[in-house]
Amino acid sequence: MTTNDRYSIFSILRQAWRGNTGWKPVWRDVAPKPAYDVVIVGGGGHGLATAYYLASQYGRRRIAVVEKGWIGSGNVGRNTTIIRSNYLLPGNVPFYELSMKLWEGLEQDINYNAMVSQRGVLNLYHSDAQRDAYARRGNAMRLHGVDAELLDAAKVRRLVPFLDFENARFPIRGGLLQRRGGTVRHDAVAWGYARAADRLGVDIIQNCEVIGIRVDGGRAMGLDTSRGYIGARQIGVSVAGSSSRVAAMAGLRLPIESHVLQAFVSEAVKPFVGGVVTFGAGHFYISQSDKGGLVFGGDIDGYNSYAQRGNLPVMEDVCEGGMALMPRLGRVRMLRQWGGLVDMSMDGSPIIDRTPVEGLYLNAGWCYGGFKATPAAGLCFAHLLSCDEPHDVARGYRLDRFATGHAIDEKGMGPYPNLH
Amino acid sequence: MRINCPCCGERSLDEFVYYGDADLRRPDPQDEEAGAKFIAYVYERTNPSGFHRELWYHGLGCRTWIVAERDTRTHEIYATCRAVDGGAPEGAAADRERS
Ligand SMILES: Cc1cc2nc3c(=O)[nH]c(=O)nc-3n(C[C@H](O)[C@H](O)[C@H](O)COP(=O)(O)OP(=O)(O)OC[C@H]3O[C@@H](n4cnc5c(N)ncnc54)[C@H](O)[C@@H]3O)c2cc1C
Ligand SMILES: [Zn+2]
Repeated sequence: MTTNDRYSIFSILRQAWRGNTGWKPVWRDVAPKPAYDVVIVGGGGHGLATAYYLASQYGRRRIAVVEKGWIGSGNVGRNTTIIRSNYLLPGNVPFYELSMKLWEGLEQDINYNAMVSQRGVLNLYHSDAQRDAYARRGNAMRLHGVDAELLDAAKVRRLVPFLDFENARFPIRGGLLQRRGGTVRHDAVAWGYARAADRLGVDIIQNCEVIGIRVDGGRAMGLDTSRGYIGARQIGVSVAGSSSRVAAMAGLRLPIESHVLQAFVSEAVKPFVGGVVTFGAGHFYISQSDKGGLVFGGDIDGYNSYAQRGNLPVMEDVCEGGMALMPRLGRVRMLRQWGGLVDMSMDGSPIIDRTPVEGLYLNAGWCYGGFKATPAAGLCFAHLLSCDEPHDVARGYRLDRFATGHAIDEKGMGPYPNLH
Repeated sequence: MRINCPCCGERSLDEFVYYGDADLRRPDPQDEEAGAKFIAYVYERTNPSGFHRELWYHGLGCRTWIVAERDTRTHEIYATCRAVDGGAPEGAAADRERS
């Protein structure tokens, strides 16, 4: 055991004393072995969390995570870091609430500071109809034991006085607040899970792209990768926006389209946005990072894309939403902007399930909202891989739910992925 | 990304509405396997990385339905034509394959 094995105030002081020369790499750099019991494809938040829970909760060994680039290069390092469990439908609420509970204990569990910050998520409403819809959502949440508070305009004003309350078209009438919602430092989630999994013997293999899935007699045997063949008794695919591509390697066609979602960060300003605020009359949401940058975003671009970059009309739309909500935004300069590949499913809800190919499992369809799901998705996928049946809170996330008529459509948009 | 409308010429993306894969064909309801075929038609997508034939509607323009051939990796549009003309000319796809 080296001093690096556990992070604490003492390890920081000890390193400081030595001029920070003693830190070691946080996970091992390993070459692929010929075969594993379980290979997880995709070193995003979900893949790494799955590997960690496989080893820590289900006692599995001989596990690898293969990642085509470097871990954290996908959506786990590109999202706007919001966590919440303010869902409406029974198929979703228990799952996201389990995720919230796992976030609440995550840092102690993996011994890594992920800066989990429960600063509150406030969804604004602008009309009576919208208030009623939020009251219903809040009630559904409370029936499931999730915290929710319906605020009137005066209470919202006390929380976020800088909004344009008397906007002629979209006056702010109140909001639905989940105080336990908030933000988490996204790349620390990838690094923290990677480190914790590595310490339990999981091989994290970077720069290793899966280019083929070998199937024999309806059974998955292993993976062809850019670093050679890797045999696997079980394969868990967790590749977000690349889900259709990887599934196609085993001859599967998924109920998914890949789209691009953009995010924006302004120059750093003094702290003034305390929590996460979402505009109810257009698609815009905002929070402020601990460095002071305003982090905001809106709709997906809305056309199939694997480009990891978006177009100007959505930037314009996001900024218009921002100006309607918070006119003072017009005074700050935009610093950075990027896009990520999101796996939009046909009902806006995810899939954690077996596939028709034996030994091949799928975690996909996370749309623009899978970061908050990272701990629960990892736990439920690990459960599925180990018990061969869905975790209790993920029973609705079946691959065949469209055929059986059990779609989970939070927004009620029907099978149009770009509208969810 | 700007789209070349066969009627209006090159126009900004925000004049168009996206409808997705242009190669889906509504199954015959009389087909013996109509049930399974309709599920695939409504819910499953090829979702390719690369060449994609897709439907766009010029809603804030001439209201023509358009088929565009586009690369989903680069957003480059190779060809467009009116959807009533049966999709983009096959020559465009063939040219792209050769290039
Ligand atoms: C701009 C933006 C903002 C977002 N904001 C939020 C938010 O505020 N809150 C929220 O809850 N969610 C948000 N999301 C969604 C969330 O980020 C994703 O749903 C989630 O991160 C997906 O899971 P992941 O972390 O495992 O994905 P990823 O990090 O994308 O992991 C998938 C990995 O698979 C790898 N891969 C792909 N193909 C292969 C292959 N052939 N072989 C090997 N590896 C492969 C990729 O390189 C990638 O690293 C946002 C997404 C974007 C793009
Ligand atoms: Zn036109």
